[in-house]
Amino acid sequence: MQRENVTINVTVNGKCFERSVEPRRLLSDFLRQDIFQTGTHVGCEHGICGSCSVLVDGKSTRSCLMFAVMADACEIETIEGLGDAANMHPLQEGFWQKHGLQCGFCTSGVLMVALELLRENPSPTRAEIREALTGNLCRCTGYQTIVDSIERAAEIMREGAAQ
Amino acid sequence: MKPAPFRYIRVGSVDDAMSALQAEEDAKILAGGQSLIAMMNLRVVSPECVIDINRIAELDYIEEREDEVSIGALSRLNSVKASAIVGKYCPLLKEALELVANKTVRNRGTIGGNICHADPASEMPAVLIASGASMVIRGAAGERTVEADDFFLGMYETAVEEKELLIEVRVPRVKKTTGSAIMEISSRKGDFGIAVVAAIVQIEDGICKHVRLVCTGVGAKAERILAAEEILAGQKIDVDAISKAERIAYEAVDPQSDFHGDAIYRRELTEILTGRVLRLAAARAAGEV
Repeated sequence: MQRENVTINVTVNGKCFERSVEPRRLLSDFLRQDIFQTGTHVGCEHGICGSCSVLVDGKSTRSCLMFAVMADACEIETIEGLGDAANMHPLQEGFWQKHGLQCGFCTSGVLMVALELLRENPSPTRAEIREALTGNLCRCTGYQTIVDSIERAAEIMREGAAQ
Repeated sequence: MKPAPFRYIRVGSVDDAMSALQAEEDAKILAGGQSLIAMMNLRVVSPECVIDINRIAELDYIEEREDEVSIGALSRLNSVKASAIVGKYCPLLKEALELVANKTVRNRGTIGGNICHADPASEMPAVLIASGASMVIRGAAGERTVEADDFFLGMYETAVEEKELLIEVRVPRVKKTTGSAIMEISSRKGDFGIAVVAAIVQIEDGICKHVRLVCTGVGAKAERILAAEEILAGQKIDVDAISKAERIAYEAVDPQSDFHGDAIYRRELTEILTGRVLRLAAARAAGEV
């Protein structure tokens, strides 16, 4: 039987990509292997760990639980869109200041989920931050410094907005 | 792991989905994909063909009707959770969605996909059975409506046939004298429950006029605890009645032991949660909380 490739157009961090993909190509693998955006990490590959979280049309999504063909005509935001060492996003700044990561494997997923949280709720309580993190596993930090970091990021963003 | 190869069909309408379903030999309906894609990644399922219904806009709605709330099968779990209509008329459904997975999964997961997957520990079947909901299923011959009591047949098994599509969930609107509650014990918030109990009670002049008590996570599927419902119906829901219902719940369930909890522990949780949800539902019916 025929299992033809499908041509998709996806916007990733504001840049358009047209690619021909196998229907079974996961969005996570599309990002990493087809357009070489390797900041999105693949942990469990069945929707448990949250490491591969990205934003699809502004909503956090596990990129291992979405086929790339389903993202046709969608806008994707990944960790590469946040900032770089010279020009850090407040979330990255917060994680740097408060030591929000150790090995860093889960971090890109955590940051994307935190980005969705802070866009919707610029002043989350610690309980709300914890609630937002329920789908992201971290085996290093014990989560305390992740919560500290997101709290700090929210502060930086509010200071930025006030200026 | 990676999924096995498959053919991909994207449909934009229910009619197109029906045609594709009739034409294909071994097809799976892909809604939010939060269970199906995980199972495909693990190669628990490897369909020849996947029919993607995510862009069927006509299946994404939440509408207030005379006696019920109609929810399109493709409504995302977060849309249902955030809906003012659901909050007002189906508080048990809203409360249950607080327990379902996490925000990221609920962003994509759909109510139709959740119940068609029929995980034995899923909260939704228990809530829909407790609420007396019904499901509208479209097949080649037209539509049929199935009560929640008859919809969930077993572990991962529902009344939706291979060539059929679930299109709508109808949840009766609660009455002023109704109270409901759902509680679960799970390893972490958002995980499937080791034991889950949901109750809905209608109390008039201190007497229980209507009751449904449903447990899940302690067997192959969500089950009503009919003997406990019989004890409570037509009675005052007092300490005596509740402790009888707790005892019955303990005896009624037949859970398996697994690494989440052994059978006796699950029985005890069911017993305790039965008391807790009945007390809370009754207090809510009386307007005390």
